[in-house]
Amino acid sequence: MSEGFDDATRARLEVDAKEVIARYPKSRSALLPLLHLVQAEEGYVSRAGIGFCADVLGLTAAEVTAVATFYTMYKRRPMGEYHVGVCTNTLCAVMGGDEIFAALKEHLGVGNDETTEDGKVTLEHLECNAACDFAPVMMVNWEFFDNQTPESAKRLVDDLRLGNDVAPTRGAGPVCTWKQASRVLAGFSDGRAGEGPQAAGPSLEGLKLARERGWTAPAPGAAGPAPTEGGDR
Amino acid sequence: MTGTALTPVLSEHWDREDLYTLDGYRAVGGYGALRKALAMEPDALVDLVKASGLRGRGGAGFPTGMKWGFLPKDNPNPRYLVVNADESEPGTCKDIPLMMANPHALVEGVIISAYAIRSSHAFIYVRGEVLHVIRRLRRAVEEAREAGLIGTDILGSGFDLDVVVHAGAGAYICGEETALLDSLEGYRGQPRLKPPFPAVAGLYASPTVVNNVESIASVPPIVANGAEWFTSMGTEKSAGFGFFSLSGHVTRPGQYEAPLGVTLRELLDMAGGIRAGHRLKFWTPGGSSTPIFTEEHLDTPLDFESVGAAGSMLGTRALQIFDETTCVVRAVGRWIAFYAHESCGKCTPCREGNFWMVQVLDRLENGEGTEADVEKLLDICDNLLGRSFCALGDGAASPVMSSIKYFRDEYIRHMEERGCPFDHSESTVWGGSK
Ligand SMILES: Cc1cc2nc3c(=O)[nH]c(=O)nc-3n(C[C@H](O)[C@H](O)[C@H](O)COP(=O)(O)O)c2cc1C
Ligand code: SF4
Ligand code: FES
Repeated sequence: MSEGFDDATRARLEVDAKEVIARYPKSRSALLPLLHLVQAEEGYVSRAGIGFCADVLGLTAAEVTAVATFYTMYKRRPMGEYHVGVCTNTLCAVMGGDEIFAALKEHLGVGNDETTEDGKVTLEHLECNAACDFAPVMMVNWEFFDNQTPESAKRLVDDLRLGNDVAPTRGAGPVCTWKQASRVLAGFSDGRAGEGPQAAGPSLEGLKLARERGWTAPAPGAAGPAPTEGGDR
Repeated sequence: MTGTALTPVLSEHWDREDLYTLDGYRAVGGYGALRKALAMEPDALVDLVKASGLRGRGGAGFPTGMKWGFLPKDNPNPRYLVVNADESEPGTCKDIPLMMANPHALVEGVIISAYAIRSSHAFIYVRGEVLHVIRRLRRAVEEAREAGLIGTDILGSGFDLDVVVHAGAGAYICGEETALLDSLEGYRGQPRLKPPFPAVAGLYASPTVVNNVESIASVPPIVANGAEWFTSMGTEKSAGFGFFSLSGHVTRPGQYEAPLGVTLRELLDMAGGIRAGHRLKFWTPGGSSTPIFTEEHLDTPLDFESVGAAGSMLGTRALQIFDETTCVVRAVGRWIAFYAHESCGKCTPCREGNFWMVQVLDRLENGEGTEADVEKLLDICDNLLGRSFCALGDGAASPVMSSIKYFRDEYIRHMEERGCPFDHSESTVWGGSK
């Protein structure tokens, strides 16, 4: 593997890098997004990627490596087209995340942090992804796939490997590739913010109940405790 | 006892499909508070937030207005506002749906708060593992910029502001405010020694305010409706409303926006109770770093003072609910594996302590432990609590100590039965009705 990007790639990435760096008062703040950017190029943070970040920011490769290895989202080996994560933090694990993860390992014939032979799916168990009310939760390229079961999870990875379109429960569908996702993380829009629902399922439970019972926050100016009984609806 | 009613404010319009667009947000009165705020003196806004009694919604509950007031008046460096959107504390799942459904609520809060503290540069540090939320936030900032709500001379007020949405890269510790600042500066996310506090030397060693998403999003409604309106909800020392995030073995998990001081009994009632045929065993009031509670705490008012007095912390109001099918040793073991994985390695009690607790808990869960192991856990916790460099280490002690306090028997049962007495499949979503 060569030590650096070829000239054309480098020239293209330098334009992007300049745009990222310009967002910050101090250039070093651009390091995390730049690591996402080089990951978008190759699917992982390679030596070439590290060297590129170091060059544009005036850092040493050792300084960049120290940062890249600290954060779990930066991968040091080539990734599949789809990063499939299963939350196995306590709440999701108890609700079935452990069973889902075990089922996928068996179904795909890979272990944690390994990629299927076709290069399509990299499997990883995740920590809490801030969607516990949708447990058990999975993420594909960091899009939400809520309320999963071992069966739905197997179907999901089958579809990904067959090249069928797959849509997240809350996110942009069909789900983008790992590299495309990394580019969005670096700060380059893919124009898909308007896709998917504004909210779904559990996010709306409280509001739904409040509407049913006519509960609202007090009207401004009407100081006094919040209404304690059901309203008139 | 009269029941508490829900008070949807930040979630009031989440069922509106276009809420995340500028038009949708404006249609429900969005950016009205900004106009009102820009007509006020910045200091008057700080006073207003002080008077409202708003306390930080990111876990620690520090009074927001007071924090803003700590910014030194004579420091010539630029001031920064940094929004903590790292939401990674296990169980916590409120900021993400808020930013997904209503990103402009946060953006409006950012503009008003930045104006109040006289900052012209704000950052939203959002965890990287939520791609679509990042899209929505960036788009909201872009729309606000196009509409002249961000940029120079905002709405003719002479106030300039730039807002940058910054994606993290997977590290729980970056939710700790000083680690977050190091990360935002492009370093490994490791906590800094405090003092100096961020108010004095924060981002780029400049005066900085770090606030949680929900704290900042609560500012526009306070500006729009007044401090008295806010204090009319909640308790005297824990004013206002907040998200209570119910997850786990409840019939209808989800986000319930209620006055602080609501009880779990009331919330469970709203959420349809514990899932059918089961009963409550233990729960976290505010995420995995807050000591667990049991049935005996069903009526504890969920405000900062009452939860503290009962031996835990309100934290982020992340109510993870577990029924009797759940093995507490397994639950705690998994949390500690998380802390061990996320420990930044800077200080010995946390780095070594969590590593050892994982080994001991593994042994105990597999029925290979002894009572001396339980004592060993308490010993390690003693070393963590108050002796670690940041609150991650303290947090790790919480589930261990509280689970031994309430469920020592269950640790012993693992020894007696030489293995876990639970059938884990029964705790799953699909195994519950067996
Ligand atoms: C390990 C650790 C993780 C934290 N994670 C978060 C987080 O994800 N979001 C957050 O707002 N605060 C988090 N905090 C609390 C912050 O340090 C800080 O208190 C908070 O952002 C201040 O905002 P507030 O006053 O508005 O609550 C964390 C603290 C610790 C020790
Ligand atoms: S307590 Fe843990 S996370 Fe905090 S500084 Fe020490 S090692 Fe790092
Ligand atoms: S524990 Fe899985 S999303 Fe929170």
